[in-house]
Amino acid sequence: MTLAVILKQVPDVVEELAIDPSGTDLDRDSVSYVVNEFDEHALEEALLLREATGEDVVVVGVDTTGELDQALYTALAKGAQRAVKLVGDVEGSWLSTRALAGLLAPVIRELSPRLVLTGVQAPDDLDGQLAPTLGALLDWPHTGVVVGTELADGLVRVRKELWGGIMLDLELATPAVLGIQAARATPRYVPVGRVRQAMRESTIEEVEVETPVESAPKLSRLRAPEAAGRAEMLTGSPSDVVERILEILRARGLY
Amino acid sequence: MAERILVLAEQLEGQLTDVTLELIGVARRLAAPRGSTVDALVLGEGVSALAATVPADRTLLMEHPALRLFNPEAAQRALEAVARETSPWLVLVPNTSLGMDVAAAVATRLGWPLVAYCQAIEERDGQLVATSQLFGGKILADCPVGTDHAVISVLAGAFSSEAAAPEPPARIERLAPPAELDGLRVRAVGLERPEAADVDITRAEKIVAVGRGIESKENLELAEELAEGLGAVVAASRPLVDAGWLPRSRQVGKSGLKVKPRLYLALGISGAPEHLEGMRDAELIIAVNTDPKAPIFDVAHYGVVADLFEVAEALQERLGG
Ligand SMILES: Cc1cc2nc3c(=O)[nH]c(=O)nc-3n(C[C@H](O)[C@H](O)[C@H](O)COP(=O)(O)OP(=O)(O)OC[C@H]3O[C@@H](n4cnc5c(N)ncnc54)[C@H](O)[C@@H]3O)c2cc1C
Repeated sequence: MTLAVILKQVPDVVEELAIDPSGTDLDRDSVSYVVNEFDEHALEEALLLREATGEDVVVVGVDTTGELDQALYTALAKGAQRAVKLVGDVEGSWLSTRALAGLLAPVIRELSPRLVLTGVQAPDDLDGQLAPTLGALLDWPHTGVVVGTELADGLVRVRKELWGGIMLDLELATPAVLGIQAARATPRYVPVGRVRQAMRESTIEEVEVETPVESAPKLSRLRAPEAAGRAEMLTGSPSDVVERILEILRARGLY
Repeated sequence: MAERILVLAEQLEGQLTDVTLELIGVARRLAAPRGSTVDALVLGEGVSALAATVPADRTLLMEHPALRLFNPEAAQRALEAVARETSPWLVLVPNTSLGMDVAAAVATRLGWPLVAYCQAIEERDGQLVATSQLFGGKILADCPVGTDHAVISVLAGAFSSEAAAPEPPARIERLAPPAELDGLRVRAVGLERPEAADVDITRAEKIVAVGRGIESKENLELAEELAEGLGAVVAASRPLVDAGWLPRSRQVGKSGLKVKPRLYLALGISGAPEHLEGMRDAELIIAVNTDPKAPIFDVAHYGVVADLFEVAEALQERLGG
């Protein structure tokens, strides 16, 4: 049996994000892509499960960036056994979660995994998270905000985080879909040399998919939050700034 | 016809969460000009007393053993059944750990559009627009919402709970649980509450909060020293806690703790919506970040675009001297 991990590349939000002239998408040419941080955790959790149960790990993704190979080879170098790339007329597009789930569902069904793991959310999930959407399409049990998993006979035990440190323990019959918040360990690092080796020694399986009918999220306009909010900016040298901060604190009796 | 708005009420162990009242407040505001009524769906077991306190026009109460603890499958089936039955034009679900399991699944099953991470719902030029907070809070997406069925998942803390009328509901209607609740594939085993912490950050008057900009566990020492000099305690964003650098009890945000200190000094924290949820109500927020576009500056009272190490060291010098 296998564990399927879904990886998605998303705009790196640490970088400057520009809106394109249409006003309904980011300027994709200036975006730099990274694998969704929570998907990295999903991969790590799957690799930890593999260490305990010997399941094969298959990484799956829809190539909307033309750069997915890098992410898939990195996953193979980290210890995944197979990589499947869905290709089609979707490059450069912002797929809605429902369209993404629609493309993935038949491929996942075909793979027939014990578990599907993906990130709890992504920065561009305008129409909701992938795990519950895919779970609903497949009609498999699902849950998100997962911080720990354990496979047992016919089920998976998961620890789901609520708030204030409260944890909810659930058991889901497998196959199930999980949205991972944090793996039990920090996602492992893999040296570039190992990724290069994976590029030489392994192949990525390709599946041709049709373009979804309504693929993009429905929105009228993207915009930046109102003119940098309400913070008054303190400028000058570090010591100038510190003097100002201390003044502010003093005025409020905080220092 | 815009007859009904359905709100999924969230409760844990018989306690209604704050976000439920915020949702009912929004629902009331949207309902009034349209002549809609507000239904609140309460799911649980032995929660009729709680149902009586929900300030909706009508409280729909569904009780079943599978709904005692939160069970994502049970909640999804229940909400889906009620939405099919009552056909609301708008369904509001909290974008919480519980609501996230339900909103996208139910919207997908019903084929209704979903706007997630909603932080504002406003009338603009005769059109209802839901604004979603995306890309770590750096970009907002305005989404038109029609009156022929939509689901919106709403960020906790985005709306005031005061708009929810305080009077008890006009009526409580008991609903029979759908048959699927007897054949679930998900079982809720139990809840675990956190152990008592060494420091209670929710009671601290001053907090020095550090984020991923601090780079390493060793650098936390700088934050500890600053906190000592200021009479503050150290708290952190989630990634530092996930990395094991600080205990879970120091985490501020959606899945951590909500704090309201007199001073929140944020060093190297981007201000993701999940972090802001836990600290936006602090009396004084001062943020230091190298990125002038960091969303933390949208909630901060004072901002410094600078290297946190330079500012922290200069501050430490003044405090130590
Ligand atoms: C369901 C769910 C629940 C969550 N709950 C929480 C929660 O409770 N609390 C929480 O915090 N997060 C939570 N998150 C995670 C959240 O989405 C963000 O990933 C997290 O808050 C980011 O932490 P950060 O700001 O420290 O890191 P980043 O977003 O990586 O930001 C680091 C910042 O440091 C700045 N920086 C870098 N170097 C320097 C320097 N030398 N000087 C000054 N600035 C510098 C950068 O410009 C950047 O803005 C949750 C996520 C999900 C999906």
